[in-house]
This record gives sequence, structure tokens and C-alpha cells, in this order.
Amino acid sequence: MIEVFGLTKRFGARTVLDGVSLHIRPGRVTAIVGPNSAGKTTLIKSILGLTRGDAGVIRLNGRDIDAEGRYRADIGYMPQIARFPENLSAADLFRMMRDLRDGTQRDEELLDSLRLREHLDKPLRVLSGGTRQKVNAALAFLFAPSLLILDEPTAGLDPVAAGVVKDKVIAERAKGRTFILTTHVMSDLEELADDIAFLVDGRIRFSGAVTMLKRMTRQLSLERAIARVMDGELAA
Amino acid sequence: MNIVAKIAGYGARDLLRSRWLLAYAGFFAIATFTLLRFSDGETRALLSLVNVVLLIVPLASVIFGTMYLYASREFVELLLAQPIRRGQLFAGLFAGLTMPTALAVVAGIMIPMLALGVSREGLAIGGWLAFVAAALSIAFTAIATAVAYFVEDRVRGLAVALGTWLLLAVVYDAGVLMAAVQLSDYPLERPLLAAMFANPIDLSRLLLLQQFDSAALLGYTGALFQRFLAGTAGALAAVGALAAWIVLPALAGVRLFQRKDF
Repeated sequence: MIEVFGLTKRFGARTVLDGVSLHIRPGRVTAIVGPNSAGKTTLIKSILGLTRGDAGVIRLNGRDIDAEGRYRADIGYMPQIARFPENLSAADLFRMMRDLRDGTQRDEELLDSLRLREHLDKPLRVLSGGTRQKVNAALAFLFAPSLLILDEPTAGLDPVAAGVVKDKVIAERAKGRTFILTTHVMSDLEELADDIAFLVDGRIRFSGAVTMLKRMTRQLSLERAIARVMDGELAA
Repeated sequence: MNIVAKIAGYGARDLLRSRWLLAYAGFFAIATFTLLRFSDGETRALLSLVNVVLLIVPLASVIFGTMYLYASREFVELLLAQPIRRGQLFAGLFAGLTMPTALAVVAGIMIPMLALGVSREGLAIGGWLAFVAAALSIAFTAIATAVAYFVEDRVRGLAVALGTWLLLAVVYDAGVLMAAVQLSDYPLERPLLAAMFANPIDLSRLLLLQQFDSAALLGYTGALFQRFLAGTAGALAAVGALAAWIVLPALAGVRLFQRKDF
């Protein structure tokens, strides 16, 4: 689905991504994990074209991503922080996104399962942070894209809503959709991740299937396996 | 409808519902109404209004524009993740921001004028004032886009925006005045005219004051400027220079926007 080769990104003197190569396999959930400021969000934003690398190549379905951004028609993005125009309503926002994309397929299931319909006509500024985060999640799934990029999807959601979003991820993966997500929540990883890419200081420390990670570290739980990687016991 | 118009439409809808914009338009409405109603003579009221516009519009536009652009950073990231080009997104955001703010000034000036029923000459000057105010508003919003996409940090960006206003509104005139005093032995009309053209606020003042008969009061230089601007070529040059003050900062803004890492 996505191949990243030697992606390097510097912000001034700081090297945020240092020759990252990664293969995202279709129909699976790839979790990008790592400590704060490891470069997770920069990697995601590079795939979306929000940030441009200094070196390296990113390919989507075998083709280099282009500056025109047409490839994004098949990507849904849920950013970490949900801030929307204050005086628009959620309904306006959904209409706006629909106007900007001409895809015919719509998936409004999350509007019901997250109980967003009752909030649709209020201005977004009066919605709570959690409700805005639900709007954010519903927007990412709205156009039934084949690739979904979720940046800390469960942060700021209550346990019920987080469960709804996770169930949605599992259901959509079963339909063959591909996911990239970042998270610090271990239970999300345990429940969702098929593949893991472990990013430390802008380098991939490990990438591969969760089952392989557990086998290599001889650990039963993912948390302990990751702790072993963090300790630096495993070379990629 | 094309993408640019759609983005502009939603941006404008958001702003037109904001209380800040209502207060902004209300301020000009109250100022216009009070000046016309309570000063002796329409010309004097309009002259005062010119000064209010030249002081408030650049300051409010550059500060509000900068704050708005920093506040919408996360939303812009979400829009950038949609299948649209950056140039289109910038054009849409820019139009959606400048049109409502310029409209607020125009409505704030024109509605009380029409309601109070000023003279024909007064209305002509008022219309010209509204036009120049709108251009000035767009120019300073364009400066705000260049600042907001050049300076990453919000607080520093606001400081730069405020500094730009201070430079153009206060420091520049003081410098021109000092130079004029120092070099008073030389013929300064042309350099002074050039200096006025190089600052959007001075240029607007020039364009507005030459509508009044009292422009002759500005002395020999003023009379010279008036003669220059009364000609078609001079007037076109002045309006063109004001347009350049919109186009150049907006071009800087769009270039920065296209290269920016979000």
C-alpha cells in the first residue's frame, strides 16, 4: 500500500526523521509507536504531504505521491488535535468536506454510534473537547477511504467512545481497509495492531508483525515486548 | 462552484457569525453616525472619519488576521489532508478572511451615511473612503498572511504583526518628516511622493485627502500632490500602488504557504 524509502526530514539543525524506510501492508493496522518527539506525527504528515521530506521517496500503490494531492482523495485523516472554525456547526463542517471531495461513497455510521446527530446543529465552539474529537473521528471515516491515518485516535475520548472507534477500526479492517495509527495507549495496540513500527529519535528501531515482535523478544505481552525494544535489546 | 469559492464561502460564513466582526462593523457605524450627527459640518466629520479609518483599519486588520490565521492552523492542516491543491486552499482561505472584514468596514461606514442622508458630495467622498478602507483592510490582511506563515510561533508572529503596523503607521512618518526637515534645502517633491507611495497608509491618506478642498492646506507639496493625483495617470498610479500593496504581500503569503511544513 505505502512504501517509504530513506525519508529524512530536518527542522533547522534538528533531524526529526533520519532515513526512515517502512512498508505499510494493505488490509492491516500498522501502529507507529515510540516516545514523544520520536517523529511519529512528522512521518504521518509526510505521507499526507503536509510536510515535505529533505530526502527520500514515498509511494502509494506503487506511485510517488504528487504535489497536486489527488492521491489524498482515498485517504481519511484524523489529526491529533481537533480545532474547527468556531462559528460553524458540525453539519456545516460535514457539508464543507463533502463539497471539497466528490466521492460518492459515504459512511455516516459513526454519527449514530457516537451519538453525534443531536450535536450537529450547534456551533462547534460550544461542543466539549470530547465531542469535537468524536466529530474529528467521524470526519475521517466519512468518505469510506481505503487508507485511514489516525493520530492518537482514542486520546480525549471517553471509554465508551474509544470502544466505538476501535470497533469501527476492526470492522473496516475486515472490509480490507488499511490503517496507520499512532498511540501511546497499550490496550489500543493490543486490540488493534497487526504490524508495529517502532520509531526512536527519527529512526525505525523495529518494524514488522506484532507476532514476530513477541516471538523475537520472547515476551507474551506487547507491553513487555515494547519495553525490551526500548531498552535497546533488539536491533531492527 | 469551484473549490476556491467553496472554501471562501465556508470561511466567510464562519466569520460573518463571529461577534468580533459584528463589534468591528458596529464600531465604524457608531463612529460614522456620531461624527456626522454631532460635528459642525459634513466635511469636518468626514475628515475626522478619514483619520479614524487610517488609524483603526490597518491595526485591526493585521492583528485580527494574524490571530485568526494562527487559530485556524489545525483546521488548515485538516484541509491540507483533503485532495486539494495548496494554491487553491490559500486563495479560498484568503478570500474567506478578507471579504467579510472588508465588508464590515464598508457596511459600518456606508449604512449610517445612507441612513442619515448626507449630501451628494458627502456621499461621493464617503463611497471613496469606503473603497480605500476596504483596500487598506485587504492589504493589511495580506500582510498578516505573510507574517503568520513566515513566523512559526504565535506570540512572536503577533509581535511582528504589531511591529509592522507601528512601523508603517508611526515610525515611517516620523522618519519621512525628519528627512524632510534635514534636507529642506533640496527639492523634495518627487522623493516625498515616492515615499508616500511606498507606504499603504500614507498612500491611502493621500488618496483620501485630495478629495477635500482643504488639501491645498497641505502647502506647496500638498498642492503638487493634488495636481499629480488629479491627472488620470497619477490617480491610476496611486490606485495601482494600493493594489500592489494587496498583491505583493498576498504573493509572499501564498509562496510561504506552498512551501511550508505543517
